[in-house]
Amino acid sequence: MKTLVWVEHDGQAVKDATLSAVTAASQLGEVHLLVVGQGVDGVAAEAAKIAGVGKVHVADDAAFAHALAENVAPLIVELMASHDAFVAPSTTHGKNIAPRVAALLDVMQISDILSVESEDTFTRPIYAGNAIATVQSIDAKKVITVRGTAFAKAATEGGSGEIEAVASTGDKGLSTFAGSEIAKNERPELTSAKIIVSGGRALASSDQFHAMIDPLADKLGAGVGASRAAVDAGYAPNDYQVGQTGKIVAPEVYVAVGISGAIQHLAGMKDSKVIIAINKDEDAPIFQVADIGLVGDLFKIVPELTAKL
Amino acid sequence: MKVLVPVKRVLDYNVKPRVKADGTGVDLANVKMSMNPFDEIAVEEAIRLKDKGVTEIVVVSIGEQKSQETLRTALAMGADRAILVVSETKVEPLGVAKILAKIVEEEKPDLVILGKQAIDDDNNQTGQMLAGLLNWGQGTFASKVEIVDGSVNVTREVDGGAETDTLKLPAIITTDLRLNEPRYASLPNIMKAKSKPMAQKTPADFGVDVTPRLTTLKVVEPAKRSAGIKVADVDALVGKLKEMGVAK
Repeated sequence: MKTLVWVEHDGQAVKDATLSAVTAASQLGEVHLLVVGQGVDGVAAEAAKIAGVGKVHVADDAAFAHALAENVAPLIVELMASHDAFVAPSTTHGKNIAPRVAALLDVMQISDILSVESEDTFTRPIYAGNAIATVQSIDAKKVITVRGTAFAKAATEGGSGEIEAVASTGDKGLSTFAGSEIAKNERPELTSAKIIVSGGRALASSDQFHAMIDPLADKLGAGVGASRAAVDAGYAPNDYQVGQTGKIVAPEVYVAVGISGAIQHLAGMKDSKVIIAINKDEDAPIFQVADIGLVGDLFKIVPELTAKL
Repeated sequence: MKVLVPVKRVLDYNVKPRVKADGTGVDLANVKMSMNPFDEIAVEEAIRLKDKGVTEIVVVSIGEQKSQETLRTALAMGADRAILVVSETKVEPLGVAKILAKIVEEEKPDLVILGKQAIDDDNNQTGQMLAGLLNWGQGTFASKVEIVDGSVNVTREVDGGAETDTLKLPAIITTDLRLNEPRYASLPNIMKAKSKPMAQKTPADFGVDVTPRLTTLKVVEPAKRSAGIKVADVDALVGKLKEMGVAK
């Protein structure tokens, strides 16, 4: 099978999510990449070095600058004439674009796969990760999104992909990009962080969230996450949210501070290697999945822990 | 201006799903079912847009006969009328999108608002598929919606922050959790909803083939985590972190 992999990038560099998607795609067959954007020569050159990559299709056009699904999907559909599968990471771009492509190809998408069992059979989580379904597709062409934490990252060196320009399919005039607010964050990105410190509603305010969680995260070199309750209450920004509807993470160590452990939160972090929970309620569901639990007042424990690290 | 809101009946989000012993799926017998939380947000948004020129809200559900309860909930919240497309077999997002596309052709809404994903199959596909089939603009994962002469500004929750796109109407919007806080239906409104119109159809009425493209071979429980330990104090926790090499 010839697969076309969506390269997730920020205009400057290839994002890690791409590397997991490449690993998943390589289990299906020959891997081609698609770099879409404006002024993306650097990204394409970087993508071509990813191990195991064949052709790197590059579509460079103003219409693709913000990867609007309305403009990008027709381009992918054209390229799918010569590919058997389209594979995208389960990033917001991947989730936005892939189903539009699938509908235009008249195929059912297989979302957020955890494993490739064979060319047409995959596993994926359902019910907030409380069940794992094995599904087989009868569609001739496959459209797949990949859960990044479920696949190892392909090596960023050693490949020698052949870069090939693709003609633009133009601006479809259905949508325009009006602006964005990307949160500045100097800490490791959540979905690729090795350690994550996450705070919940028990932090009680934005000030306390930052006063408690940030120093501990800095000591551990960790990314900072939050439960939905903490985000809804305004203690932490939206893109910190870990869970069924936020980011799915699987770091080496996940430290849950003042998080009760609702199903929806566990869906986003229960594949972490080691889970550490700090909570004053010893019956909190988080302790059922925690490898190491400490019952007590986080406002005493966290500063003490930070000081002793 | 007319708005179409598709809603789905799903296992209530507070219920812990149980995988059937024979591996054929999740046990839905005698468990609480509710409207998909993202769809409640979609209905709420449509109602809020009523002050801004929306004149009619049509809700649609595709599924078993009991989905009419979900539609009644939407009517009680403030939708004007409902369409139930009865299918006792499960319809995949592609099939749902095809049926919705036909309903859109008939109803000619200016806006379709869907939830971003259903919490049972977690697919996050239907809205995007419908937008593709109709060749309309799509504003997915919306946290803010503003209608401004002939177009709609949609602020979307994306990795790393927020992005605003302007879509030409008609358009598709899918809701994220932070778009709004859905209202509860009051008792008088629940009573009133009983007399609101509900049309009943089948996929065949729309000439749509809903044969599944994906076969579920089996459904299993995820690997269980082995029981952890509780430590007595911070020193013990620091000790564990050092053992793991996380702390020096």
